[in-house]
Amino acid sequence: MTDLAASSPIPERRARSQAWWNAVNAWLLLLPAAVLLVAFTHWPILATIRHSLFITKRNGSEVFVGTDSYRAMAADPIFWKALVNNFWFALGTIPTSIALALIMAVWVNRNMRGRGFLRLAYFTPTVLPMIAVANIWLFFYTPDYGALDQLRGLFGLGGWNWLGDPSTVMGCLIVMVIWKEAGFFMIFYLAALQQLSPDLEEAASIEGASRWYTFRRITFPLLMPTTLFVAINAVINSFKLVDHLVIMTKGGPNNASTLLLYYIYEVAFTFQDSSYAATLTVVLLMLLSGIALLKFGYLDRRIHYQ
Amino acid sequence: MLMAAALAVLSMGARPAAAVDLTMYYPVAVGGPVTKIIDDMVSRFEKDNPDVKVTAVYAGNYTDTMTKAMTAMKGGQPPQLSVLLSTDVFTLMDENAIVPFDDLVGDKAWFKEFYPAFMANGQVDGKTWSIPFQRSTIVLYWNKDAFKEAGLDPEKAPASWDEMVEMSKKLVKKEGANTTRWGVEIPTTGYGYWMLQALAIENGQKMMNEAGTEVYLTAPKTVGALDYWVDLSRKHNVMPTGSIDWATLRTDFLEGKTAMMWHTTGNLTAVKDAAKFQFGVAMLPAKERRGSPTGGGSFYIFKNASAEQQKAAVKFIQWMTAPERAAEWSMKTGYVAVSPAAYKTKAMEDYAKGFPQATVARDQLEHAVPELSVHENGRIYKFVNDAVQAAVTGSQKPQEALAAAQAQSDRVLRAAK
Repeated sequence: MTDLAASSPIPERRARSQAWWNAVNAWLLLLPAAVLLVAFTHWPILATIRHSLFITKRNGSEVFVGTDSYRAMAADPIFWKALVNNFWFALGTIPTSIALALIMAVWVNRNMRGRGFLRLAYFTPTVLPMIAVANIWLFFYTPDYGALDQLRGLFGLGGWNWLGDPSTVMGCLIVMVIWKEAGFFMIFYLAALQQLSPDLEEAASIEGASRWYTFRRITFPLLMPTTLFVAINAVINSFKLVDHLVIMTKGGPNNASTLLLYYIYEVAFTFQDSSYAATLTVVLLMLLSGIALLKFGYLDRRIHYQ
Repeated sequence: MLMAAALAVLSMGARPAAAVDLTMYYPVAVGGPVTKIIDDMVSRFEKDNPDVKVTAVYAGNYTDTMTKAMTAMKGGQPPQLSVLLSTDVFTLMDENAIVPFDDLVGDKAWFKEFYPAFMANGQVDGKTWSIPFQRSTIVLYWNKDAFKEAGLDPEKAPASWDEMVEMSKKLVKKEGANTTRWGVEIPTTGYGYWMLQALAIENGQKMMNEAGTEVYLTAPKTVGALDYWVDLSRKHNVMPTGSIDWATLRTDFLEGKTAMMWHTTGNLTAVKDAAKFQFGVAMLPAKERRGSPTGGGSFYIFKNASAEQQKAAVKFIQWMTAPERAAEWSMKTGYVAVSPAAYKTKAMEDYAKGFPQATVARDQLEHAVPELSVHENGRIYKFVNDAVQAAVTGSQKPQEALAAAQAQSDRVLRAAK
C-alpha cells in the first residue's frame, strides 16, 4: 500500500483532493436543508426546552424556576384531561381510518364502471378546506334540525345535542376525522397497489391461492411500507387537530373535546402564558419522539422494503 | 404556529404615506352585516379627515381579537387601537399594552358624556383606560306568537325567575319524543361566565371585587344561580340539556325552536331583520332584584403607537362615539348607544317610537353591574365557563363545579394580589 502510494504520488493527491471536493460539494448540497432543519426544528426545540424552565415576568425579565412549571402541569387537571382525550382520539381515528383507506383503495383499484368517479368521491373530503369541513359537520350535528337529528326523527327518536354533550362530542369528532383522513390515506395505498407487479398475483392464482389468501399473504405484506408511512401520518394528525376544535367546540363542553395542541394554543395565545405553553410543548415533543423511536428502532426492521 | 403569527403580523406592517396610518382590530360577536357597517363608518371618517387613514381589521370573536392583538404586540407590531372586551382592561394594563385616555385628551369633560355604568369598567386607579363603543346588557327576547299560541299574554314577559319557569312549561311543545319548541334557552358556550353573572346579580350576589383580585364563585347565592340555571333543563325540562351554543342560539330563536332566549342586545337588529313573527324584548327576570352585567367592547389605544398616531386615534374614537354615530350604530346593530345624548338625537327618537324594543337595554342600565373583570381574565373566564358547562351537561353538581373553579381561580389570582 505504502509502496503503491510512494510510487504514484500524483494520482493519490488527486484522489485526495477529489475526495475533499466531494465532501465540500456534499455539504454544500446539504446546507440548505441543514439550515432549515436547524432553524425551524432543532433550534426551536432547544429554545422551547429552555423556555419551559423559566417564567417571563410582566416587565419582560426572565426568572429561572427549574421544574416548577412541570410540577404545576402535573397538578393541572385540564392537561391530564387533554392527554387522555388525545389518547382516545388517536385510538379512535388511526386504526379505523387506515383500515377504511385500505378497503377503499383495493375497491377502486379494480376494473369497474365509474371508477374515476368513485376515486374522486373518496378523495373529496381531503381537498376541502378544514374550516369548510368543520362547518359542514357542524350542520350535521346541530341538535333538533341538523341532518343527523332529522334522520333520527324518521325513526321517531328525539333530538340529541351531539356536540354539547360530553359523552358524544369526542365520538362526533372521531367520525368526522375518519371521514376526512380515510380518503387521503387511500391515495397512498392506491399508488402502492399500482406499483405491485401483477406477476405475483398471477403466480398466486396459478398456484390456486384464493383471493383472500393472496391479499393476506402477498399484497398486504408488500403494502407494509405504505402502512407504516400512513400510520405515522395518522399519528401526527391526531396530535395536530386544532382548526376543527376552534370552529366546532372550543374544546368544550367542560374540556370534553380538548386535545393537547388545542390546549397549548389556548395557554400560549389566549392566556399569553408562553412559558407554561413551552412546558406543555415539551410533553408533546416527548410523545412524538417516543413514537419516532418506536418507528425507527422497531417497526422499520420488521418491514420488508422492495 | 408562532412563525405563522409572526408572518401575519409582519405583512400588516406600516405603509409609507403622508397621512397618519392607524390599524384597528375589532371583533364581531353578533349577527348582521357588522363588518360592512364598520367599513362604511370608517370610510366616512376618512372622508371627513383626509389626514388619517384607518385600516379596520375584523379579527374574530372577542377572545380571538384579544389573542390577535396581544400576539401582534409581542411580535412588535401592535395595532394602534382596538375594540376589545371592556373587561380586558386588567390584562392589558398588566401587559403594559395600553395608555390611559386622560393624558391624550385636553378636555376631560368628554368622559362625562357617556353612561357611567359603561365607563365604570374602564376606570381603574383613577384613570380612564377605555372608551365605550359596542356596549350591551343581556336582555330577554320573547316570541309573542308562541306566547299567544300557548295561551299566555303576548305582551307580558316573565318578571321573576318563578314566572319564567311557569311560562316556559306552558311554552314547551312536543311531537312524540321530539321537543319542537323549548321554553327558554340561555347560552353556555363562549360567554357562560356572563350569563352566570347575570343570574348571580339577580340572586343578590357580586361575582368579583373592584380591584379584580377575587372572585366569589362558591358564595351560596352564586351556587344558587347555577342551580336555577341547571334546574331549567334537568328539573323543569324547559331548556335543552347539554351546552347551548352562543352563536347558533339566535338561529334557534328565529326558527321558533325556543320561545325565549337570553342574549346580548347587540343582536337586536339582526333578530328584528330576520324574525318572521312578533317578538318582544324585556329586562331579565328578577329573583331578589333585577339585574344584568354590562358587556361588550370598548376602544383601547396601544402604548407603542407614536404620539401622532395616538392623537389621531383619539380623533377617530371621538368621531365614532359622537351622539349621531352612536345612535346610528345602535340602530344598525342593537347595541346600547353609549351616551344619553345619542338617545336625544332626532333619528333615535323616531326609531324608538316605532320600535320601543330599542331602548330596553338602556333602561336596564340602572340595574346593571360592571361585567366580571379581573386580572388573568382569560383564565378565570375559562374556569367559570368550564364550571357552567360541567353543571349544565350534568357531569358535576353546580356546587362541586364552582368549587373547582374557585380553587383554580384562587391559585391564578394569588399572583395578581
